[in-house]
Amino acid sequence: MRRVRIIPVLLIKGNGLYKTIGFKKPNYIGDPINAVKIFNDKGVDEIVILDIDATIEKRGPNFVLIEDIASECFMPMAYGGGISNMDQARAVFNLGVEKVVINSAFENSAELVAQIAEEYGSQSAVVSIDYKKSLLGSASVFTVGATHKTNSNPVDYALQAVKAGAGELFITSIDKDGTRLGYDLPMLAKITTAVNVPVIACGGADGMEDFYDAITKSGVSAVAAGSMFVYKGDIDSILINYPSQEEINKLYARL
Amino acid sequence: MSIVIVNYGLGNLAAIKNMLRKLGHDSVISSDVDVIAGAGKLIIPGVGAFGKGMENIKSMNLLDVLNKKALNEKVPVLGICLGMQLLTSHSEEGNVNGLNWIPLQTKKFVFSQEQKLTIPHMGWTDVEYKPNHWLFEGYTEQPRFYFAHSYYVEYTPAYSVAEAVYGFKFACAIEHENIVGVQFHPEKSHRFGLNLLNNFATK
Repeated sequence: MRRVRIIPVLLIKGNGLYKTIGFKKPNYIGDPINAVKIFNDKGVDEIVILDIDATIEKRGPNFVLIEDIASECFMPMAYGGGISNMDQARAVFNLGVEKVVINSAFENSAELVAQIAEEYGSQSAVVSIDYKKSLLGSASVFTVGATHKTNSNPVDYALQAVKAGAGELFITSIDKDGTRLGYDLPMLAKITTAVNVPVIACGGADGMEDFYDAITKSGVSAVAAGSMFVYKGDIDSILINYPSQEEINKLYARL
Repeated sequence: MSIVIVNYGLGNLAAIKNMLRKLGHDSVISSDVDVIAGAGKLIIPGVGAFGKGMENIKSMNLLDVLNKKALNEKVPVLGICLGMQLLTSHSEEGNVNGLNWIPLQTKKFVFSQEQKLTIPHMGWTDVEYKPNHWLFEGYTEQPRFYFAHSYYVEYTPAYSVAEAVYGFKFACAIEHENIVGVQFHPEKSHRFGLNLLNNFATK
């Protein structure tokens, strides 16, 4: 049976867990460590923790919080946010995190990603690519929490990341973030066609059908979501949740 | 007798210690020859390049004490991921010789375009184990584990105690006398990993 990773993405501000819409309007969800404990019990495939303030505040990672989360996290964990040099990356790995996510630091230099891949293996080096579409439909990569527009389109950027040594790409549509309107399948398909490393889809997921579409129509290796794992019901009430193994097996059976 | 997690400068050491702590087993992370010499059990973790791993073991003067513990004293040894590959004779990664504790080869995944399999093999995969093997005791459902690797250890009936399929069948757990190795990451495989590490810790 083909197992495709289904990954909750947890956004951190300060010491709290938040969820955004379009990278804006952060809504307080709760305590991230408590959320991780719940995800452990639910047998989650993997989690991605992103500190959405670190780079904007021009600071490094919050190592104390990462350590607290990692020591309760018995599933694969990727951390991103504020990593701009190799010492910071090493410190994150040493806390028990297996993957570091590099976003803004890659725009200026490919060296950090190359060095992480060299020292920890390419499977440990994830490049995160956030992009937004203009009114005319052309897509541009944004960095620094969607506040800085680059001159690159996501496909070229993805190719550069793989060339630098990224073993995995985490692709987020800023427009879709928090909307629960489904993934941007055409863009994901373009990227998975262009690169030969695993691609994680993020932004817009609302349920198992979105996962199915992303896997079968755009060829991603893993699907990530924020809102659907922290809200439940029509009127978004906060509830940490994850599909049951039966639901997941039903999805796998169709792949 | 304590469990020593060998720190040779690579790998996810804290995650293994965290899971052992959760299970109620004491362990120490160490690169100290004397501490390793006093170990009751050894865990050889590892994430990273094979050549760098062997180079570090040698430059940190750990080769003699590791050989003594594994081959003379025959304490239980568990290699994890790269730590399992290091147990073998040789790896295609950098064309480097390993610890040579288990006479197997570590090879590179190579797939055709049509197979559409990405490298590294990363994610959760179901594992078939040898019935009644002590390392896999206590599972009430087929276990699955988290993998992240670009190289694999060849499947051989003589030394393989569990297998997984990624394009083809490879050895995801190997054993020779007191030495076992697993390609996956028990420390990141929640309830399935907790059970396996507990089996090793209580053997």
